[in-house]
Formats: sequence, structure tokens, C-alpha cells
Amino acid sequence: MNTIQLPSITPIDHVAVEEKVGRLNKRSIKKESKVLALKMALSMMDLTTLEGKDSEGKVRQLCQKAKQPHPAMPDLPHVAAVCVYPSMVRVAKKALTGSDINVASVATAFPSGMAPLSVRIDDTRFAVDEGADEVDMVISRGAFLQGEYQQVYDEIAAIKEACGKAHLKVILETGELHTYENVRLASDIAMQAGADFIKTSTGKISPAATQPVTLVMLEAIRDYYYATNKMIGMKPAGGIRTAKQALQYLVLVKETLGAAWLTPDYFRFGASSLANDVLMQIVKQQTGSYQSGDYFSLD
Amino acid sequence: MSESITEEKTYKPTSPNSKLDFQSVWEYDSAPESSANLEIKDQYQLFINGKFVKPEKGRYFKSINPATEEEITEFAEATQKDVDKAVKAARKAFEGEWSKISGKTRGKYIYRIARMLQERAREFAIAESMDGGKPIRESRDVDIPLVAAHFFYYAGWADKLDYAFPGKKPEPLGVCGQIIPWNFPLLMLAWKIAPALACGNTVVLKPAETTSLTAMLFAELVKDAGLPDGVVNIITGAGQTGAAIVNHSGIDKIAFTGSTTVGKIIQKSLAGTHKKYTLELGGKGALIVFEDAAIDQAVEGIINAIFFNQGHVCCAGSRLLVQEGIADKVIMKLRDRMESLIVGDPLDKNTDIGAINSKQQFETVNQYLEIGVNEGADVYQSKCEIPDSGYFIRPTLFTNVSQSNRVVQEEIFGPVLTIQTFRTADEAIEKANNTPFGLAGGVWTDKGSKIFRVGKELRSGVIWANTYNKFDPTSPFGGYKESGVGREGGLHGLAAYVNLK
Repeated sequence: MNTIQLPSITPIDHVAVEEKVGRLNKRSIKKESKVLALKMALSMMDLTTLEGKDSEGKVRQLCQKAKQPHPAMPDLPHVAAVCVYPSMVRVAKKALTGSDINVASVATAFPSGMAPLSVRIDDTRFAVDEGADEVDMVISRGAFLQGEYQQVYDEIAAIKEACGKAHLKVILETGELHTYENVRLASDIAMQAGADFIKTSTGKISPAATQPVTLVMLEAIRDYYYATNKMIGMKPAGGIRTAKQALQYLVLVKETLGAAWLTPDYFRFGASSLANDVLMQIVKQQTGSYQSGDYFSLD
Repeated sequence: MSESITEEKTYKPTSPNSKLDFQSVWEYDSAPESSANLEIKDQYQLFINGKFVKPEKGRYFKSINPATEEEITEFAEATQKDVDKAVKAARKAFEGEWSKISGKTRGKYIYRIARMLQERAREFAIAESMDGGKPIRESRDVDIPLVAAHFFYYAGWADKLDYAFPGKKPEPLGVCGQIIPWNFPLLMLAWKIAPALACGNTVVLKPAETTSLTAMLFAELVKDAGLPDGVVNIITGAGQTGAAIVNHSGIDKIAFTGSTTVGKIIQKSLAGTHKKYTLELGGKGALIVFEDAAIDQAVEGIINAIFFNQGHVCCAGSRLLVQEGIADKVIMKLRDRMESLIVGDPLDKNTDIGAINSKQQFETVNQYLEIGVNEGADVYQSKCEIPDSGYFIRPTLFTNVSQSNRVVQEEIFGPVLTIQTFRTADEAIEKANNTPFGLAGGVWTDKGSKIFRVGKELRSGVIWANTYNKFDPTSPFGGYKESGVGREGGLHGLAAYVNLK
């Protein structure tokens, strides 16, 4: 395996990080800027279903929602991707034929990653062979917490190789890393090892995505960009359920990384129930009144 | 001149230009706080002996909204006779009722004021932003909550004074003359009035002439609270009114917050009199950032230190001292961070930096920008849009400056930061202390021991560690050297309003 100069620990002041998030949460997003942001949020969504009970029918239903989020408003943007388990990639791929919506697949023994590396590599290759455009891998949190940073790096690099042309999102599972310093270090390792995106969580562990964690990761992306000119994407996932939260995340991105990251190419929301709240807000902005949840399809 | 300022001169540190784009794609729409529910009278009188009375000479002066340059209202100009009346009323109230009633009863009145301030918080915040130019985000979230907190805190002391100074018996001083500045109008009023009343004193207070509105709204609140007549007297006017208060023989204590220049004049005229005094004056706070600091959070701290309240903060951190090894990185990050600061309408909830308080201050800051350029400093200003009318100045950095430059030595009192580097902690301490001021400073490092070591050697009344501009009524505040005499806030602030037997 190649040896690299592993990133060292970057001090993070958690009080100031949380205070900064509090300050940015006070941004008041109104009128046109709200509509624009809601549509942007919709276009950045990775519609996700990751359950043991997922069936082909359920996945096809989700793909339909991805293409046409709200039939009453056909001009709305479609979402960025549909995120499924490897065994559902083929179904999703077929259902999305003709659209430019990506199929993302979790892999590497998601969500724990507790399988031999060879199995995780095979898992990745399978997903890619089935047609996945994007792979969401998990890092070995156990190894990371033991201080085996080289191992974490090597594994990410190996999965990146197995991805071929597919984009690699590296899930840090920040809820298991506990400190912002760890989040920062794991972000740095993932980016150096070849991640196209870094992602907060699997959604299977609580806490999942939080805004302070996202800010720390965005700042890591910014430093990496300063140093290398490479733009890495960001995906908070898990626990983002309301349009208001989505707007707050977009403010973090706008004021940390700027306009270049405000596209589905560099920012995604991993969410299963966010879409309908965003849709409800868009309709409210256009009609002036909230509609019943019954008018939005549950997929 | 502003043309030449906005165009950047050669930028000495080797940082690349800003790589990030904060402008396009998604702009926030304006989100103005409505001022419709705030009633502003056409004219305000003097508040003396529980009544609103016309000034003896019948003269009034106009108050301008610095964000629009439009006239808001006019205030009475108090002259010698009005001051006499106010002092007489305060004396009568002091000797009559206020110094004799129980501490518990005094506390009851002060608690009532605190609660009413909270109830009227929104209108006070809007008035403060309209009259003084500070962003509503700050007046709503910082100024007014702290005002109420101060009254609550000192209300609590009113019936516990006997336990505040063990072995000594505190007695009120008498009539206090209080003169406050324009940067935190209502907050400075609270810092002055709350401890004075708690200790059983009565007051004659003069707000700054450019920001008298919230003081007059406070006078209305005092009346509504049913405070005994003459306990709080608020008279408006400019420097001459202030001088009449300072030199009045019927006053027992002067509390002044403002510039060091005026503070020195006051100190001279008080020398040899019986009057006690506390002075809270200027500053030129140093921000020391070590290379082991959490850099992104330090940058945010610097932003708060210098751009909070347009830099109109006596304890503002206006000199950045950054360790050489990280200087380029910090400056680059600061510049990028400055690009996302929103300068504009103080009533817009998204505004980060509002209007410069007055035309006079606007001209002063612009003069300093010119001075800095003439001294050979490299200037950087954020590219944000600013309104066509009103007094606005873009957030500004001066690099390539030295200790002897005027922009490094003198208090600018605007959104202007000078940046110097240092190599060792000793050098940082030496540079930080090399100023006639000594009000506040900040240290950023990940190492606790370094905070204590450096903090101990800084000659400043306040040292913040890994943060800046944090205020609390329980914490004393005041300066070393030419930054002032005495302390306000906390138990120390109480001591400034009593004689100890």
C-alpha cells in the first residue's frame, strides 16, 4: 500500500463552532430567495430508502417520485439521485432510464462496515457492475478510533479504485466519532484518499447529521480546496426532515464555501422524508396557504 | 477618496486573492423588521422630577437616522437652569424617600423596570437600530437582553447590600451625574442607572446627542413603572450640557463613558472636588492569535471583535497580532469571511454591519482610512454593496503596518482592523501592551497554559480567551491606563455607588 503523509489533528473549538451555527441560523430567508432555495434543496436531494423491507415495488415508486416530485407542479426540478442498497441498483437504474437522475448505492457492508475488506470491495464492485453511478461507503470507525489512520486511508483508497468511474461518497458516521477534531481528521483522510464527497452519516446511528458537524466538514473541504484547488462535495444525511432545516444547511454552504458549491454536483441532502416538506413549502410560497399532507405522495 | 480605497493596493502577504465566490447564485432577499408599531413623537422634552418638561431656553436639536440621513425627531437641549432643576429634583428624591426606603422596596421597583424592558424589548430594539444605526440582529439579541439582565442583576443586590461588603456598611453616595456614549445607548444607560438605584442613589443622566431616543423611551417606562418622582432624571443635550452636569456642585458622583479626550477633561475638572468618579474610556484592544489556535474559529472571533456594532465598541479588538507562521492563512481566511458580511439597512434581519453612527464619526473613520493609506499601509475592503445614502463603510483591513503608525496607535472606532505579525509570545505581549490604552484584549490558542500565561501579562481590564465581546452583568468591566478609572458590572460595579463605613 502507498504511504502518505497523514493529516494531523486540527484544533477545533466546539463552543465557537456551535456559536457560528447559531449565528447563521438567524439568517432570514424570505420571498424569492426562499423559493429559489427550496427548489435548490429539491434538486440536491438523494431520495433514500435503506430498509431491510425494501422491495422492488417500493424502489420503483421512489424512482417515480424522484423524476416527478409533485405532479401538480410539473416544472419543479427533479432530485439528484436515488439511494438504495446494492441489490436494488438494477431496479432503480431501469426505473430511471431516460432521466439524468443518478443511482447511488450504499456499499462496503453498510451501515457497520464490519466485514473483511475483500468483501467490501466485492460489494462495491457489484454495485458498480449493476449500474450505480455513485457509491456511498462507510469508513472503519473502529480502526479510526484505535488510531489506525493509515488503515482507514488505505481502505478508502481501495474502495475508490473499485469504484472505477462511479463517484465515491465517504460516510464518516460522525455520530460514532464523537469529537469535532475526529470529524475533521476523518474528513481530511477521506479527501486525501480520493473521496469525491464526504458524508456525515448512515442514518442508522443517532445523532446523524448536525449543523455543527456539517460546518466542520465544510471548513475541511474549504481548506482542502485552498491547498489543492480540488472541490470536494458534501452530503449531510439523516435527521434532516424539514424545509427550514434544509435552508439552514444551504446557508452554511453559501457562507462557508460560496456559490460554486450550491449545486447538486457538490452538495446533496441524504433524506427520506424531507422532500414532502420542501414541496409543501414551495406550494405554500406560490399559493399563499398550506395544503394538507394528503396532497403530497408518500413514497 | 473612497475610489482609491476600494481599489486594492499591492497586497504584501503572499496569500492568493479570494478564491471563493459569495455573491452569485443565491442572494438573500431583504427581511426588514417593521417599525410600524413603534411610536416616535415629533419632539421629546426633558424628564425631570417625574414629568416631561420643556427646556428653559426652548431650544431643540434634531436627531438623524444614520442609515437614511433622514430626521427622526428632535430633543430638548438642556442648559444650566435645566441641569439645576434636575439636580434639585434628584436631591429632593434622594433625601426624601429613595435613600430611606428598604432595599427590598427599591429592588421591587428595579425588577419592575427589568420586566417592563423585556415586555417592550422589540420597540426598544427597533428604536435603537433606527436612531443609532446598529443592526437589528445585535440590538434585538445583544443590547436589549443585556439591558434587562443588568436591571435584573442589580435589582437582586438591592436588599443584599449589607452582605456585599463584609465588615463594612454601605451607604448611598447621593446624586449621581451620568453621561453615556452613543455606541450602546440603552445598554450604557442600564450599566449606569441599575447599580446607582440599587444602592439608593438618585440620578441625572444625559444620553449622547446622536442617540437619545431610547433614553427618552426609557424615561416613559420609568414613569409607567411608578418610580418615585426625581429618582431618575434624563436630560438631553450635547457637550455643554454634559459639562454643566460634571461641574455642578450638587452632584456627588460622576460616571462617564466616552472618549479618552473628554475623560481627561472631566478628570481635570473633578480634581480637588468632593465628587467621586468612574470613567470608562477608549481602547485599542489587541487580538493575539497563536499558530496552535483553532483557526477558523479564531477568524470568527476576530470578525466579532472588530466588526461587532460597526467597530463602535470601546473594547473592540482593533489590532490583530498573528503569529508569523499562520499570518498568510489567517489573512486569506479573514478576507474570505469578510466577503460574506452583509452591510446595509440596520433594520434588515440579515444585516451584519449597519450604519456608522453619525456624519461626524463617518468622517472620522474615513480620515483614518486616508491616514492609513498615506502611512503606506496596504488596505483591503470587502467588495460588498453598500447603500447609496446613509453613512456606511465597508469592513476594512490594514496590513503592512507598524507599531508607530497612527492607525495602529489611535482608536478609530470603526470597522477597521490593523494586522501585524509576531514570532514569540513575548513579542506579542510587548506589542499588545505598547499602547496608552488597556481596556480589553483577546488570546486564541488551543493551549490552556498559554492563555493563562499571556493573559496574566496583558495590561488590560478584560481578557477574553478564544472568544471576544462577551458581556455579562455579573462580570466587572473597566480599563487599565488611559482606558479608565473604576469598574462597572458585578460586585465591583456596586462598590462604585456606595460609601463604605
